Amino acid sequence: MPSFPGVDYMLIDSLFSEDELMVRQTVRDFVDEEVLPIIEHANREEKFPFQLLPKMAEMGLFGPTISEYGLPGLDNVAYGLIMQELERGDSGLRSFASVQSGLVMFPIYTYGSKEQKDKWIPKLAAGEKIGCFGLTEPDFGSNPGGMRTYARREGDSWVLNGAKAWITNGSIADVAVVWAKCEGTIRGFLVEKGTPGFTAANHMGKFSLRASVTSQLFFSDCRIPLDNVLPETNGLKYPLSCLTQARYGIAWGALGAAMGVFNTAVEYSKSRIQFGGQPIASHQLVQNKLAWMITEITKGQLLVLQMGRLKDEGKLKPQHVSMGKMNNVNIALECARMARDILGANGISDEYPVIRHMMNLESVKTYEGTHDIHNLIIAEAVTGIPAYNPPMSAKAEKEATERAAAEAAKK
Amino acid sequence: MNSVVCISQVPDTESRIKIAADGKHIDEAGLKFIVSPYDEFALEEAIRLKEGKGGDVTVVTFGPDRSAQALRECLARGATKAMHIKGDSVDADSLGVARVLAAAIRTLPHDIVFFGKQGVGTDNGLVGPMVAELLDVPQVNVVTHLEVGDGKLTAHREIEGAEEIVECSLPAVITAQKGLNEPRYASLKGIMAAKKIPIDTRSVADLGLTDSDVFHQRVTFVGLETPAEKSGGRKIDGADPSAAAQEIIKYIREEAKAL
Repeated sequence: MPSFPGVDYMLIDSLFSEDELMVRQTVRDFVDEEVLPIIEHANREEKFPFQLLPKMAEMGLFGPTISEYGLPGLDNVAYGLIMQELERGDSGLRSFASVQSGLVMFPIYTYGSKEQKDKWIPKLAAGEKIGCFGLTEPDFGSNPGGMRTYARREGDSWVLNGAKAWITNGSIADVAVVWAKCEGTIRGFLVEKGTPGFTAANHMGKFSLRASVTSQLFFSDCRIPLDNVLPETNGLKYPLSCLTQARYGIAWGALGAAMGVFNTAVEYSKSRIQFGGQPIASHQLVQNKLAWMITEITKGQLLVLQMGRLKDEGKLKPQHVSMGKMNNVNIALECARMARDILGANGISDEYPVIRHMMNLESVKTYEGTHDIHNLIIAEAVTGIPAYNPPMSAKAEKEATERAAAEAAKK
Repeated sequence: MNSVVCISQVPDTESRIKIAADGKHIDEAGLKFIVSPYDEFALEEAIRLKEGKGGDVTVVTFGPDRSAQALRECLARGATKAMHIKGDSVDADSLGVARVLAAAIRTLPHDIVFFGKQGVGTDNGLVGPMVAELLDVPQVNVVTHLEVGDGKLTAHREIEGAEEIVECSLPAVITAQKGLNEPRYASLKGIMAAKKIPIDTRSVADLGLTDSDVFHQRVTFVGLETPAEKSGGRKIDGADPSAAAQEIIKYIREEAKAL
């Protein structure tokens, strides 16, 4: 399989440091040599490629921005480039890495106790333990604050009841970071696999992210030690801060998928001959599509690079991340659809990576804040008005939450 | 156990090579350069030895400014020291390169000197054996398995239709064949650590060599040519299978002259 030459129309590589480029090249080689040869099969068979984990861990791809515990302490641009290359392989593989690093290691490292960090960070980094993040519920997606998973204190335990849905790595996780309403706020809890009252079941029949495990989590009087709460967590902003980490990685990752389908479309259009012995790359309508794709990818590259530099300076805000996630996933999905079109009938076959990326990106457009919600976050930053939760519905929701809490207390 | 690994920076094996205007060099504009693939087996073996027995792995190259990047990549994978002898190595023949590397190796502690069995740039496979001769140490070439003991080593090497098992004393030169090991990916931690290791940069003169020692070419490139373009295949109409078969046989006999 030929190695990926990269996509760099505007000489953006000159804006990366030498180590950032080395990190990218290392992960790029790994994806070309280890991921692409096996990923179509994993996707077709709906199996997560566990065999990749030891090498990914050895390279240091889990928790790479952490500098304690012997971890690499990369800057955020290098982290983004890792996500870009992994998602050029597959969005499901990138999702695994995003969840492990951004949604599990990040909250444990940032909001956990020393004991929790010592117990989990080294094993999660080594890929010996897998984590998942439970925020979304069957009835609460864009509005996680409405969640109905509750934790109550009972003697020397927390008792959890509720259900989570669409949880990446759910059934394969050794530890779940579960967010629940608790004593008038929202807190994060560490629930270990095998805890009585905790079960997981996979979502079946997915047409997207098939090389990634997606599960429902059920908690039925699930009793965990008092020490298993993340002590620093106290409110919805804590899980949202984790999402900001993961969404930052997605903004980079989506570009990787876009680069993959763009590269495939360019190569295909140069070799596919129709009408008078000419490659279809010589047709104006095909050229127009390729020009759109490379332009949007280039704009997306500049967007995430600026996001990364701001993040390193501590100036990156959630609304910046919303723009990156919203825009880059959207253009990646459009690139995948255009590439599918350019490849004609071959575009629907998994002999080429295009249809897999296209189907994957439909999930990526929705998860970690839907496309529309991110637009509302951006517009809130512009207007000051949170249209996703205007004052009237916020009041009604508060009342509903209080009613539900009162009922839960009665039980 | 101290090892020296001599590496060569070469154009990526997937590059589309263009010949420079002088007809004797390749055009380097836009080319991506990599550590020569056989050198990766050499480096991996040295790193494994270090991990088992301690000591240093010094990676050495003779080449222009861009070669420093190849040394950085080796440091990221686990080499502990690096020496860059700067010079236009493309204007030296194999003996010239071997003299530079031998002079450099004499300044470094070395129980084993590793090379790839050949550099994929010119594919001569001469530099490793020449360095062994210049250092007056034993050499085992095209090695697929290596065991290092006290003051000696046992190496397996590929020969026609069989495997030869060779023992020799240390120090020695080993040239690595594919199969010796599976080279690792650089770790991200290794990449971050590598930038803190200074590269010892020398000139040819610093090693006590003159330009005529190095650049007096006994073997010179007279010219470079790209392979002839492949002509498009010929299609035979298959509507009548027996006629098509006749035509194929005629082609094999009369044009290809394979029968």
